[in-house]
Amino acid sequence: MKTSLYYKTKKVTTNLLIHFFLITVAITCIFPLLWMVSSSLKTQQTIFKDMSLIPRELHFENYYLAWQEGGFGRYFLNSILYTVAVVIGIIIISSLAAYAFSRLKFPGRNLLFYTFMAAMMIPIPGSFVALFVLLNKLHLRNTAFGYILCMINVGLATSIFLLKTFFDKFPRELEDAARIDGCSKFGVWWHVALPLAKPVLAVVVVFNALNVWNEYVLALVIFDNKNLMPLQRALMMFQGEFITRYPLLMAGLTITALPIIIVYLLMQKYIIKGVTSQAVFG
Amino acid sequence: MRVKSTLENYLFVLPAAGIFAIFYIIPFIWVFQLGLYSWDGILPTKIFVGLANFKEIFFEDKIWWGAMRNAGYITLIALTLQNALAFLLAWACDREIRMKNFYRMIFFIPPVLSEVVVGLVWQWILDGNYGLLNGWLANLGLAQWSHNWLSDPATALTTIAIVHSWKGFGWGFLIFLAGLQTIPRELYEAARVDGANAWASFRNITVPLMIPVTVLVAILTILGTMQAFVLIIAMTDGGPAYHTQVPVLRILASMRGSSRFGYACAQGISFGVILMAISFIQYRFSKTARQV
Repeated sequence: MKTSLYYKTKKVTTNLLIHFFLITVAITCIFPLLWMVSSSLKTQQTIFKDMSLIPRELHFENYYLAWQEGGFGRYFLNSILYTVAVVIGIIIISSLAAYAFSRLKFPGRNLLFYTFMAAMMIPIPGSFVALFVLLNKLHLRNTAFGYILCMINVGLATSIFLLKTFFDKFPRELEDAARIDGCSKFGVWWHVALPLAKPVLAVVVVFNALNVWNEYVLALVIFDNKNLMPLQRALMMFQGEFITRYPLLMAGLTITALPIIIVYLLMQKYIIKGVTSQAVFG
Repeated sequence: MRVKSTLENYLFVLPAAGIFAIFYIIPFIWVFQLGLYSWDGILPTKIFVGLANFKEIFFEDKIWWGAMRNAGYITLIALTLQNALAFLLAWACDREIRMKNFYRMIFFIPPVLSEVVVGLVWQWILDGNYGLLNGWLANLGLAQWSHNWLSDPATALTTIAIVHSWKGFGWGFLIFLAGLQTIPRELYEAARVDGANAWASFRNITVPLMIPVTVLVAILTILGTMQAFVLIIAMTDGGPAYHTQVPVLRILASMRGSSRFGYACAQGISFGVILMAISFIQYRFSKTARQV
C-alpha cells in the first residue's frame, strides 16, 4: 500500500514542477520589457557595451529628450486625443444601435444587424487601399477627423454585438417603468439603459482604447503630416530616421507601452471578459 | 403616430449605419471594382483590364506566392508552438495552485502591447552586433552561436515566427483556460473513483471536451497570423531580400511602393478568398469532429 506521505510528496513535487514551468514563462514575458526600460536609461555610449539589467547610472533625461526633441510629447497627445474621441464615439453610436437592435422594432432590423455581424467575420485584407481612396475623395485624408471616423468604424461591429447581447439578457421592467413615467425613447436609453450597461461598457471602453492606442496601418495610410501622427506611427518614423539612437527609441517605446500596461493592470477583469466573450461569439 | 415612432427608431441606428455604409460597405465594393482596373491612385483615368491583375497574381507574381508561403510557415509555428504552449500553460493553471491570477495577469501582457513596441524591442534584443541575446551567448562561451538573427535569410523568418508566438500565446492561454474551467470537476472525480489515472482522464475527458475550443483557437490563430504584418514591418520590413515578406506587406507595397492600386486590391481579394476558404474548411471540419 502506498502511504499518504507518498501521495503528499508526489503532489508537492508536481506543484513545484508546475510552478517552475509557469515562472519560467512569466519571466520570459516580463524580461524584454525590463530590458526596454533598462536600455532607455543608458547613454548613447554605454548602451552598446553595458549588458547589465540595472545600469550604473540612470539617465532619466532620455525621457525628457524623447518627449521634447523626439517629439513624443506631441505624438502622445495625438494618441490620447484619438483614443478618447474614438472611444466616446463608439460608446454613443454602438449603444444607440445595440439598444435599437435589442428593444425597438423597425423594418429591416435583422437584416441590418446580420450585415454588421457578417462584416465582423469577413476579412478584407486590402480594405485600407480603398479606404485611402475614399478619404482622399472626401478630403479627410491627413486629418484627425478622418482617422477618428475610420477607427470608430473598426470598433463598431464588435461593440454593437457585445452590447446587444447584454441588452437581450436584461429584463425590461425598469425601462417599461421609465416609459410609463413619461420618458422618451432617447431618455430611456440615456437614463436607464446606459447606466445599466456599465459592466459591458467597461469592456467596450477598454477593448477599443487598446485597439486605437495600438493601431498602426490606418495611421500609416492616412497620415503624411508628422504633427498628426499617433505614437505607433511616430515610433516607426523615429526608428527610420535615427536608427542608432537606441536610448531615445527605448524611452519612446516605454512612453508608448506604459499607459497600456497600467490600463491593463487596472482593468484586467474587463479585458479578460472581452477576450473570452469574443471567443464565445466565434 | 406609428410612422413617427418607427422613424424615431431608425434614428437610433442611423449613426452606426451611416458610418458603416461609408467606411465599410463602400470600400468593400470599391476593392472589388478597383481589382479590375489598372490605376496609379492619382490620375483621374482608370484603365479597365478585366481579370489581368488576377492572372498576374496567380501565374506571374512569384514574390506574392513566396509571401504566402512565408505567412503559412509563421502560421504553422503559431499553430503548433504557440498553441501548444498556450494549452500547456492553461492546463497547468487549471488546478488549485497559488498565484494562479498572477500568472494569468503576466501571460496576457504581451498580447496587450502593440506590434510596433514588441517588434522594436525584440529587434533591439536580437540585434546582430549589440543585441542582448548575442551578448549572453558570448558570455556563456557560445560566441560561435551568435548570429544576425534578423538579417540572415536562414533564421529571419523563424525568429519572427517565434516573436509572433511570444506575443500571441497569452491570448490562446486565456481562451483555453476559460474552456478548461467549463469542464465539470465531477467528471474528473468520477473518473478517479473508477480508477482512471491522470493520463486516462486527460485523454478521455479533457481532450474530447476541449475539441470545440481548440478548433476555435486554431481558426482564429490562422486568420490572425496569416494577416499579421505590423510586427514584421517593425522587425525586418520584409527583408532580407523578400525572405520575410507576407501577403499584407505585398498589398501595402503594391499600393505605396509601386502605386498599383488596382493590383493591390486584386491581391486583397485573392487573399481574402483564401482566408474565407480556410475558415470555412475548418468550420466544417469542427462540425464533423464534434459529431464523432
